[in-house]
Amino acid sequence: MKRERIVGTSVPRKEGLDKVTGKARYIDDMTLPGMLFGATVRSQIPRGKIRKITFHPTIAWNDYVIVSAKDIPGKNCIALIGEDQPCLASECVNHPEEPIVLIAHADRHALRKAAEAISIEYDPLPAVFTIEDSERGSEIIWGTDNTFKTYRIEKGNIDEIWSKADYIVEGEYSTGAQEQLYIENNGMIAAFDPQQGITVWGSLQCPYYVHKALMALCNLPAERVRVVQMETGGAFGGKEDYPSIIAGHAALLAMKSGRPVKIVYDRAEDMVATTKRHPSRTRHRTAVSKDGKILGGEIEFTIDGGAYATLSSVVLSRGVIHAAGPYYWPSIRIRGKAVATNMPPHGAFRGFGAPQSLFAMERHMDRIAQAAGLSPIEIRRRNFLKPGETTATEQTVHEPIDLGKLLDRGLTVSGYHSKKERFSRENQTGTTKKGIGIATFLHGAGFTGSGERYLSSVVGVEGCADGRVRVLVSSTEFGQGTKTVLCQIAAEALALRYEDVTIAQPDTTQVPNSGPTVASRTVMVVGKLLESAARGIRQTLILAGTLGDSYSADEFRSACGNYVAEHGQLRSWVQYEPPPGIFWDDQNYRGEAYAAYSWAVYIAEVTVDLNTYSVSVNDFVALQEVGRVLHPVLATGQIAGGVAQGIGFALYEKVIWKKGRMQNNQMTNYIMPTSSDLPPIRVFFEELGNVHGAFGAKGIGELPMDGPAPAILNAVEDALGVGFNSIPLLPEDVFEAMAERSFTRESDIASGVR
Amino acid sequence: MTNSPEDRGKCEISLIVNGETTRVRVFPMERLLDVLRQELGITGVKEGCGEGECGSCAVLMDGTLVNSCLVPVLQAEGASIVTIEGLAADFRMHTLQEAFLECGGAQCGICTPGMILAACHLLSKKPAPTLEQIQEGLSGNLCRCTGYVQIFEAVARAARRRAAARSS
Repeated sequence: MKRERIVGTSVPRKEGLDKVTGKARYIDDMTLPGMLFGATVRSQIPRGKIRKITFHPTIAWNDYVIVSAKDIPGKNCIALIGEDQPCLASECVNHPEEPIVLIAHADRHALRKAAEAISIEYDPLPAVFTIEDSERGSEIIWGTDNTFKTYRIEKGNIDEIWSKADYIVEGEYSTGAQEQLYIENNGMIAAFDPQQGITVWGSLQCPYYVHKALMALCNLPAERVRVVQMETGGAFGGKEDYPSIIAGHAALLAMKSGRPVKIVYDRAEDMVATTKRHPSRTRHRTAVSKDGKILGGEIEFTIDGGAYATLSSVVLSRGVIHAAGPYYWPSIRIRGKAVATNMPPHGAFRGFGAPQSLFAMERHMDRIAQAAGLSPIEIRRRNFLKPGETTATEQTVHEPIDLGKLLDRGLTVSGYHSKKERFSRENQTGTTKKGIGIATFLHGAGFTGSGERYLSSVVGVEGCADGRVRVLVSSTEFGQGTKTVLCQIAAEALALRYEDVTIAQPDTTQVPNSGPTVASRTVMVVGKLLESAARGIRQTLILAGTLGDSYSADEFRSACGNYVAEHGQLRSWVQYEPPPGIFWDDQNYRGEAYAAYSWAVYIAEVTVDLNTYSVSVNDFVALQEVGRVLHPVLATGQIAGGVAQGIGFALYEKVIWKKGRMQNNQMTNYIMPTSSDLPPIRVFFEELGNVHGAFGAKGIGELPMDGPAPAILNAVEDALGVGFNSIPLLPEDVFEAMAERSFTRESDIASGVR
Repeated sequence: MTNSPEDRGKCEISLIVNGETTRVRVFPMERLLDVLRQELGITGVKEGCGEGECGSCAVLMDGTLVNSCLVPVLQAEGASIVTIEGLAADFRMHTLQEAFLECGGAQCGICTPGMILAACHLLSKKPAPTLEQIQEGLSGNLCRCTGYVQIFEAVARAARRRAAARSS
């Protein structure tokens, strides 16, 4: 038997040819006969009661399909974790840009004019825009205390630690909202047939999230709701929950009109109305011994969830678990809270709470180093988690990870020590200051805690009449390489050629619910299930006597084709079973938070120009241990892309808010990195292998988002001797801090003279 | 037909799209992007921002790279337009398309058509670009997925291959 090793090689991307030739079909490339276009009329105030909706008489309204909350056949909510978010506001609005009325027409130009001819009057109510205002509770806008969710992690007896500490280091860190800025805007098409029900096609990450939301909204049984993913032009979490809203809107218009309806947002609407990364505030108080060992600490992590609960509880969960970083804490107390404000709900964005709390941890680590008189390297080395030790949730590290060794390699490939020495020498003169900074971190793969058990994902593989096999999963491709890597896994498991495996386009009538495409879970969790589903096909063929234990790819194809010809169908299904020894206590947030972690050391080199106060990143080393790398080109692309987004998060991407509404909702004034803004991003892998994931792979997608921001801000402090604890860090922030420092210095000198 | 109310204000425009001459009846100030996508069904041209920032709608117009969302179709009268669909000749991929595929230059694919056309334009001016020239040449095209690294590799690889093909 000739067995090619497919896993670990960079096979061509399954849908790559379509993408480079322009044939790939995204939602806006699709048209249906008789199709209308839909538009959304939204609230212009952050909070208030809807008093009156006026349809201006200059428009021939009979030509339009008009939908408001009273047209909803089912529940007026976007069913996700909770049901607090309405699909269309009926009596009150709770954030700017909240959908109120939908209209549809065959002519897009006429549609736009008509949307502008609908005016809404309100009785405004006081609104809340910051974490602090929400906590103060002078205005209760959600529940009884403006709190969506709290968590508490407790290990050891933290209250006894403070008296034993040689140093107590305190700090407060904050991160801003960040727009996912996928280049393809959100969009959906819905069509309704009284017998078959509703079908939606769209740009989305999670077909079964949309499916669940539509069942509740349209009051239809599962079999009369069909969701199909089109080619999706980037997502990064931004197409995890909001597509359910757009799908709902398109479905309501389609049901009322009886015609297909397309809703595709333009950039301004997408940016102003859809989700962003949760703004956060983290407070640290850490007890440290004379020799730089962490004795214990308290971490308080708070995120702004916006007006509705949506995904905030799970973002918070990942944030609190990652808040302690890759360090050993003999005792720790972590308190997390997600609060309500009258902003559009914040949502999923690559990293999902971890980039926020890890930014704080890694900035704080440099501050601890200063307090203890140690280098940023040494302080980390002395506190790294080691195999056999436990995390904040008291999960024992079983992986043979050696973070000290990983750090050494990072220092070597980045030339850390020689650069550090050279910069401190050269920074004595001139107006450009250089610095180098590090961040060491971890990222858990898969759903948190018992999440995977609740998901209970199903994966299928089918043998086709032509002898090829087809992967059946709801995992979606939106750039990461889902289709390619899953086909590699199936091909490897069956000892077939990569070309012998295809994958179904996610369509809820064709594929089972293998869970959402989020949380760095596709390769590790879905991939592992796929490996066994694929082996089920082989087993069936062997048991049927049509295939020997050892076979060639051609023998398999003919055995498979013959089986299908004879029996009509060859399918194998596998459902998730929790790995043995996994324990998680949802009440006390204790136990195995994740089946596996990826580990990383990121090193950033920056220049701060004291004429323009701009910070530029000149070199970036991203070194990670992610288990087996199944596709080197795709994996490298994931890391480089994540680092680029992390650089944007740190230095460029600032959402300007005014009364809860994004003011810079254009690519012209919300700045993401261009090809000229980025340093060489040098990507390195360590491969330890991991028993949990398919062929030893762990999660990779979110990891690279966690490290760049703290590494860069640590480098800025190295360059200037002035630390910044808030991102994004813009030139005006640097200017202000430097001006303040020189002012303070001058007044110090003045007082000295006196 | 030409007197119907919907037709009022429209005019006939002639374009050469991917080598084929075509005539469309459109409003003169319609965006070239919409005419290509909606009138001619050329959907390889993508809309990302609608204000000339992202380059997803980039096409070659008489050999110059333009953002088709900023071009009123009237301005394209008689012009030769090349879109991603016009790049592959006789079912064979263009060197750049091949290199993007191999190097991981396309992830989600939405910026890819514009990016490849920008690269094509760059290589027509600078057949052996330096990394800096590649960065500069592609700086009007935003990609959110790749961090650009593998796109730079793809362009450099295509340039080398074209040079090798020329010298052999």
